[in-house]
Order: sequence, then structure tokens, then C-alpha cells
Amino acid sequence: MSAHIDQLRAELLGAVQGAKDAAALEEVRVTALGKKGRITDLMKTLGGMAPDERKAFGQNLNVLKDEVAAALDTRKRAFESAALDARLASERMDVTLPVRPEARGTLHPISQTMDEVAAIFGQMGFEIADGPDIEDDFHNFTALNFPPGHPAREMHDTFFLAPDKSGADPTTAERYLLRTHTSPVQIRTMMTQKPPIRVIIPGRTYRCDYDMTHTPMFHQVELLVIDTETNMSHLRGCLQEFVRTYFGVDDLTTRFRPSFFPFTEPSAEMDIGCSRKGGELKIGNYGDWLEILGCGMVHPNVLRACGLDPEVYQGFAAGMGIERIAMLKYGIPDLRTFFESDLRWLRHYGFAALDIPSVTGGLTR
Amino acid sequence: MKFTLSWLKEHLDTIATLDEISAKLTATGLEVEGLVNPGAGLDAFIVAHIAEAQQHPNADRLRLCTVDTGTEKLQVVCGAPNARTGLKVVLARPGVTIPSTGDVLKKGSIRGVESQGMLCSASELKLSEESDGIIELPADAPVGVPVTQVLNFDPVIEINLTPNRVDALGVRGIARDLAAAGLGTLKPMKDAAVPGTFESPRKVKMALPAGDEAKCPQFIGRTIRGVKNAESPKWLKDRLAAIGLRPVSALVDITQYLTIDLGRPLHAFDDAKLKGDVGPRFAKDGETLAALNGKTYTLDTDMVVIADEAGAQGIAGIMGGAPTSVTDTTTTVFLESALFSPLNIAATGRKLQINSDARYCFERGVDPASAIAGAEIATRMIIDICGGEASHIVEGGKAPEWKRTIAFNPARVKSLGGVELPAGEIKSILERLGFAVTGSGDTWTVTPPSWRADVEGWQDLVEEVLRIHGYDNIPPVPLPRAPMPKVVLTAQQRQVAFTRRSLAARGLNETTTWAFLPRAQAELFRGDLPLVTLANPISSDLDAMRPSLIPNLAAAAGRNAARGMADVALFEVGPRFEAGAPGKQVMVAACLRAGSTTGRHWAGTRRAADALDAKADALAALEAAGASVTSLQTYTGAPGWYHPGRSGVLKLGNQILAAFGELHPAVLNTLDVKGPIVACEVFLDRLPQPKKKAGAARALLKASNFQPVERDFAFVVDTGVGAEAVVRAVRGADKELITDVGLFDVYEDPNVGEGKKSLAVAVTLQSKDATLTDEQIEGVAKRVIAAVEKTCGGKLRA
Repeated sequence: MSAHIDQLRAELLGAVQGAKDAAALEEVRVTALGKKGRITDLMKTLGGMAPDERKAFGQNLNVLKDEVAAALDTRKRAFESAALDARLASERMDVTLPVRPEARGTLHPISQTMDEVAAIFGQMGFEIADGPDIEDDFHNFTALNFPPGHPAREMHDTFFLAPDKSGADPTTAERYLLRTHTSPVQIRTMMTQKPPIRVIIPGRTYRCDYDMTHTPMFHQVELLVIDTETNMSHLRGCLQEFVRTYFGVDDLTTRFRPSFFPFTEPSAEMDIGCSRKGGELKIGNYGDWLEILGCGMVHPNVLRACGLDPEVYQGFAAGMGIERIAMLKYGIPDLRTFFESDLRWLRHYGFAALDIPSVTGGLTR
Repeated sequence: MKFTLSWLKEHLDTIATLDEISAKLTATGLEVEGLVNPGAGLDAFIVAHIAEAQQHPNADRLRLCTVDTGTEKLQVVCGAPNARTGLKVVLARPGVTIPSTGDVLKKGSIRGVESQGMLCSASELKLSEESDGIIELPADAPVGVPVTQVLNFDPVIEINLTPNRVDALGVRGIARDLAAAGLGTLKPMKDAAVPGTFESPRKVKMALPAGDEAKCPQFIGRTIRGVKNAESPKWLKDRLAAIGLRPVSALVDITQYLTIDLGRPLHAFDDAKLKGDVGPRFAKDGETLAALNGKTYTLDTDMVVIADEAGAQGIAGIMGGAPTSVTDTTTTVFLESALFSPLNIAATGRKLQINSDARYCFERGVDPASAIAGAEIATRMIIDICGGEASHIVEGGKAPEWKRTIAFNPARVKSLGGVELPAGEIKSILERLGFAVTGSGDTWTVTPPSWRADVEGWQDLVEEVLRIHGYDNIPPVPLPRAPMPKVVLTAQQRQVAFTRRSLAARGLNETTTWAFLPRAQAELFRGDLPLVTLANPISSDLDAMRPSLIPNLAAAAGRNAARGMADVALFEVGPRFEAGAPGKQVMVAACLRAGSTTGRHWAGTRRAADALDAKADALAALEAAGASVTSLQTYTGAPGWYHPGRSGVLKLGNQILAAFGELHPAVLNTLDVKGPIVACEVFLDRLPQPKKKAGAARALLKASNFQPVERDFAFVVDTGVGAEAVVRAVRGADKELITDVGLFDVYEDPNVGEGKKSLAVAVTLQSKDATLTDEQIEGVAKRVIAAVEKTCGGKLRA
């Protein structure tokens, strides 16, 4: 009997190896293991055998069955693998094709810079205040200690609104103007909030001036701190931390110089270290200086105009140009291009929507 | 303001270098804007001696010089007519850079003869604009030394004077500041009175009406007779020329000089041309005056003039008149030294548009105690230079009271200025600046000097102390801060920020456009809003405040298209101005698309942007801004600048939150921009403000575990029925079981029926509690059909 099994094994395994394709292999499987297959048939004969014989023959038969099944399986997988290879060999695409277009939007550098400024000062506990672009004389000038007729007013190149034709009496109606700086929001803040105050005021500002380095509309950010203790050391420390963080130069040196603004006393201008070698401007400690902002301690007359006692309250104010600090940081050469809506410029200098500045997560990618 | 180093040293005894002086000026608040040192870069040029000059063998106009440098003899070809034997000259040797050209000098051959150097002219060294011939050095100049040791170079310093620094209007004040800051000693003032020898025949007449005396509180006059007006001495001419002033004649130059030297403007009349007494009065309306600048001005009654019996002879504090000006033949001078009100001078100067050094000083504020001293110093200079004798002074009015005291606690230097300084040093700084200090402890009384009208309160004294001590010595101290920063943005600020970034994420490019536009465009886009215009626009096409952001975006699209970039997707988040008063601006997010949604592409996904792209932008902006977009309803009725049939508004209740659509072709035509262009405007301020929630927790998710079922329905409705109404009707048919409704086909064809269209919707049904039975599904289907029929007149398509 075992000789018979050996012969059958050789025959069936030969048939498995000899199968030309998956269909032929299936035939071999039916011939061997199908309901009427040769091994199945032999299994059926086990019932008529003596127990000893049945045990020995049964074991041999089971081994044969497993062997053939394994051979069938191996052969089947080889066919499947070959079929997949053949399919893959026929499936080809040009993966160098350009992908389907998706528009990539951008944020304007002014928005991004304002977000950066807010992220830094937010860490220092500043909130954001805002106010109207159209202002009155009181908030833009008088309350900020610009006396009527003072030459400092003339330096501001103010845009005035034409008198309102919609019923207001032109002789008594106040003549409104476009704010020449974000400082009127200082006044609005001090008149509505109780100290301690820490706010930044970003926004559009307007001056009647248009040339290489001036546009009739531009953006500023203003700082205001009012309490009973803040002094010029804090002013300098706060601004130094800002420029170091904003420009990403940890040891950036700053220089403080006396200056004049009607609404601060003492007043200062702050310079940061830079290099102008070879006509290229670089921020860092290279021995040259670049003026970056104006600042000072809030003038007692301004505090008084807002109903605060200058013998009790004190604090500082500072202001800088958003476009200017953006130009310095991002190497944008021409102020006027900020307002031209040139797509090439917007895409080149713009920022990704998800590039949200944060001091802890990274200010700039 | 400009001055030269030698001029400064007239008042300041110092050994400081030019660089040290420049740094200190900036450090004390007199920011150096320009520093021109004519001697810079000339160290390599040396003094040489022409041992022999003879004719060049091959050229008539050239000379062949043997030049002695003290160590060697060089052969130099020179074209200057004044190159002659025995002359001491400036020699440039090969390798030296010539300032006028920036080129490095090389050994060369001129007309066949070798030249081993170059003899320089003043223009080649950039010491003057033009020159005829080479520089002739003094005969005793030592040969071989750098010319910088022989030529007297006077560096010019230009400072940016802030309007408060009335004390630094003159060189003397600048010297005082530097001395106070430790850079030398202030020399004594040479202001000894010049005794008068006769009574001035001409008197002063103060003719300002009562109440207006402050417009000229003091007028000092003096007659100086027997003068001889001529060219000024060289030193005086050099100083004026160095700072860009044109020397005229000694009498004029002396007044020019003292304006710069002391910040004390004066005026010299030719006494022979005056008639009667002289003094200030208001101009008569329409009175004219021929001024020294050659122009004739028409004056008004707010302006102060200096007048004699014949009429106005000078615009007070601004400019003298031509008819009474001094000339070469003047023999008697009437000198004016007066005080005027800064505001009045500023207003007059502005009205007449005259910028003069006198106006510059007077509108900032001239030292109120300087009128007599100024007259004495001017008299001394006139007599020294022009000879003659002076009368006694004649005077009108008196110097205003300028003395005032300020209570000062020196601890304020620390509490406001942040700098710890000993009281003795604080006192010393103030005294060096001319302040008188009395008192002790924390109660000092400080009297500012006459030239410090800008110092009003103790804060100004802190500034003076810090300024001289050095602002750069203020130690930086971080602002004290809370252990954790707070949220700094308000809900509205977050709304704007999120909207902005969401639109950029949709592929739109953010831009920033002017808040102004041409009046004609404002008219087109203002609807019912008033027209808001500027009284003094920067140009006639930027003369109105924008009532909408669309025109500027459309213009931007047009400009990009002109550059060959027709596919544009722009947005701006910014104000529109609903009236010309504070608080009447509203925040708008505006998007605009022109051309196609994408460029030409192999996959063929290109299509023209249409009104629904604009609607999608509007919905995205609204969703980002926190609006519940499922509650919004779409209506027609967008403003007139939209295409009437391809536009709409999005409403929440009765409130219009946004308008969108294709822009009106006629409007685009007026803007001179090619269409079609689609746009939307989202009024962020009109959104309901987010409620303050108790926490950040979301509503519990109740996801069903049972299979959803999808059923399709096609309805035939009138073409005028909006798809939104059909979808809304379907959704409302069973709010419990219908979880989603999608419109998947719109079909218009004659076989659907005239004036009809077919809308096909896919309805998703799902129960939270059990698998849906056929009966349930059938029931919902019936309700859907009934609802569409009832609200939209729609019939299920056969």
C-alpha cells in the first residue's frame, strides 16, 4: 500500500508542477482532493480496513494529503504572483505629470507682521486695542499735547475730510480728519479703561505724502503702558525684548537717543545694531545703527487730558511702522509695492495661511 | 541746522575729535544727520615743490615739471596754466585714489613723456565745484607732509533739530550742551555792551493794539552811523559759505551770522531809506511788501509788520523789505533786535509760504532775554568790520517775564527715568545746563534759564538729566509680567484673524488696497451711503473714502490682467466708510475672482469663476467668522454694482450678512476692467457676537449605529423656484429621520416642460433607534413629496 501511496505522491506532485496555469492547477486539485478525487477516494477506503492497517495507512494518506495541498497552495500563489506581475507590468502612468492644480492662497505681509507683533507683546501681557480711521482733532492732536497752531501739527501732513453735505451745519460741525498716527487710540483707551493699562494698537494711518519712501496710507503699531511704576528702564527692556524676538537676534544691541514727540516726556528714539556694508542692510551687532522706533514716557498733559493724575500715574508709549519692520525683516525693498496688489509680489512675499506666528511655536518659518 | 567745527570751537574749548563730538551730539539729542569732512581721504596727498617747470616737448599746453617731495624728484606732466617753477603744490602719487573720479592714479605716459604723479586742483580733491589750475600752497608749507596738515579743512556738521530744542537754535547753545555733557568748556560770551555816543534820531513806535502786545513784546533799535559796507572778511564768508549761505555784504552777513551763531535773528535797515519812527503793527488788509527774496507779498490784518511812517518795511520775524535793505552805499544803519510770538510767526510764514532762517528761529522760540544782548553783539561786529559809531539803544516794550520755578524731587530721576544717580550729580547736570537749583532733600526748586522755554514740568527736568547723563545708560529692565500670558485677542479680533487665514487657505491672495478711491467710483458703489470726500486728497483719483472694497480689488484684477495674469483670486479684510465721522466704519471681508479657477491643465479642470464661487467664498468667510451657515437663506436683491440676474444676498433673519455675485458689466466698463468678475462682500460687524460660553465643551456626539438609507427623488418645478427652497422643503419633511439632503442634478429641457426644470435630490435617512422599516421609509418619501408640492409646487418626475 505504501508503494501505492508513493506512486500516487509522485504522480500528483508531478501534475501540480506540470500545471500550465491556474485553471490546469484547479483541475489537478479536483483530481486529487475534490469530492471524487483520488486522495478523497482512498480516504473513503479507510473504513473497510483493519484497525492497525487503517492507522498506518491513514497516517500515510494524511501526510500525502497535506503534502499535495501545500504543493497546490504554493503553485497557486506562484500563479497569482505571476498574474499580478503581468498586470502591474501592463499598468503604467507618467508620474512626472504635473498634479492637478490647487490654488495656494497667501496672507499679506502687513497682516503677518501684525500677528507677529501681537504674538510677542501678547507674551508680555499686552491686549489689542483699536479705534476709528476717521478721527477728530481732539483725539488726534489736542489731547496728545499738540497745541493748536504748533509747528509739530504741520509736520503731520494731515488729510482732512470735506465738510459733510448731509445736513450738518458746516460752521459748527467739527472738521474730521484721517488719523495721522495710531496714538488717538491711546486717548480712547485711557478715557475708557482704568489703569493698569497694557495695550498695543495696530492699524491704518494716513499722511498726505507720496514718494519713494512714503505712501498716503500706511500702518503703525503703538504701545501704551499706564500704571504707577513703569519707568524708562521698563520701556527700554520691553522694546529690547521685542526687537530681539522679532528679528530673531538674541543679543541684538539697542541704542537709546533723546528725541522729541509732543505726547511723551522724556522722549526717545531707539536704534538697533546693523550693518550697511556693500549696500546690503543686515540686522545684528555690526557696529552701525538703524533707527527703528520712537517712544517715551506719556506726557503729563496727555495724562491730564484723559483725566489721569500725572503725580500718580505714569507709563510709556511707543510706535513703529509695520511696513518698515516688515521690510527690514523680510528684505522687501520698496514700500509702495505693499499696496499695488501685484499677484507676483503677493505670492512671493506673502505667507501661508497656516503660518500662524507664536513665540513658543516659532515666529517665522 | 548746519555749522562747522571751527565755528563750534569759537564757543567750546575742547580737545575732542570730530567723531567724539558727533557721537556726543547724537547722544544728547542733537542727532547728527550729516558730517562732511573735506579733509577725509586726503592723507595720502603730500606737499611738494616744483623744482623746475618747462614746456612739454610734444604739447603746447602741457608742462613738464620736476617735482621735489623732499625724498625724491619725480617727473610729472601737468596741464594747469599756473604750474610754475618754485610753486608749492599738492601731489598725488601712483596708487592714490582721486576723490573727484574715484579712480586709482597710475603711472602713465602723456604725449610720449612719462608722468610719475599728478598735481591736483581743488575740484579734483572735491574741495570746490570748479577750479582753474592747481592748488597753490603757501610758500612756507613743509615739503613731504600730508596736505591735511597744511590746508585748513573745516568739517561741516548738520544736525536734525527737534522742534523743542529752542536752546540749540544757535551754535552757542550747541556748545553749551556739549560742555554740559563733559566735552569741554563753554567759552565766556563776548557780549559786553557797546556804549552809545549819541541819541538815536530814530525812535521805536509800538503800534500793536492793546491785547496783542504779546505778538511783539519787545523791540530794540539802534542807529549806527559812519559805517562802510563792503565785502565781509574771509573768515565770515567762509563760515557762511561752508553751511550753504551766500555771503552778500558785511552788514547782511553779520545778521545772517548771528542768526546761526546765537539763534538770534536781527535786521539791518538802511537808515537813509526809513521815514520816521519804526516799530511793529498789524499789516493793513491788502498791504503789499516787496521782500528781500525778490517777491512781493500781499499781507492781511493777522500779520505783524515792521513799519515806518511810509508803510510796512519788513514782515516781522520772517523777512525784511527790499526798498529799505542795506546796500554798498549804506552809511547809516538802523538795527532791529525784537521778539515775536511763535504762533503768529508760524501762521504768517505758512500763509505766505516763506521759509527763512529768521522764521525758523522765531516760530520755535527765540530766547526772550536775548534782544538787548543780541543788539550789543551785532553792534560790536558792525563797528569792528564796518567801522562807525553807535547811538544809545532805543527800546519799545520790554522782555516778557520768563522766570518760573519748578518743584522737583530728584528721586523722580529713578522713578520715572529708571536711572539711579546721586543727588549731587543731578544738581550738577542741571546747573551745567544753566538751571538754578535751590532747596534740599526731596524738595528742590529749579529755575530754568531764559533759553529753555520748552522746560515746563519736572518730567522735562528728568529728561534733561537723562539726556546729559546719557540715554544709553538707562538700564533695560523687562516689564514685570504674569506667570502665564492671558488671551489677548477679543472675540471680534479672533473673528477677523480666523476669517483672514481661512480665505487664504481657500487659495485667495490677501491684498491691502487704499482706503481711498476716485469720487466717481465712490458714487457707483455707495448705494444709500453718503459720499465721503477728502478736502485735500493726495491726487484727484484718490479723493473719496471707499464705501466698498470692491472697486479697488477690481482695479487690482485689471492691473494684474494687464500684466498677463488674468486668473485672479484676491481678498481684503478692512474697513468701508459708511459716513465721514469717527465710528462709522465697518469691517468687511471682500473677495474677488476673475478669469478661471485654475490655469489650463492636462486634466481639464479649468472653468471660469462664476457667481457660485463668490457665494462659496462668502459662506467660507461667514463660517470662519462664526456664523451658523445652515441658518442662512439666499435671496436676490444684491446692490446695484452686481449683475441683477447673477447675484444674491445671504441673510440671517432680516439681516444681510453678505452680498455676492457677478459684477455688473456696465460697472466694470466704467472701471475700465474686463469681466466677467465675481465678488462678494461679507459684513463681519453684522454677525451675531459669539456668546460667552460656560466652557469649551461641545454637544455630545450621538452617532447612530444603524444603517443609513439613501433615496433619490426628482422634482419638476418652475424655473423660478430656487434649489435652496426645494432642499429646505425636503429637509423639513422629517427632521428626525432625514439626516442629509444633497442636490445632485439640475436639468432644464423642453421635454421637462416649458418654464420648468428638474431637480434631483439624494435623501439620506437614518434612525437613531432601530433599522428603518420599509413602511417608515415609504412614509418619509410621501411626506417629502407632499412637502415639495406644498411649498414649491413641485411634482415628482415620472
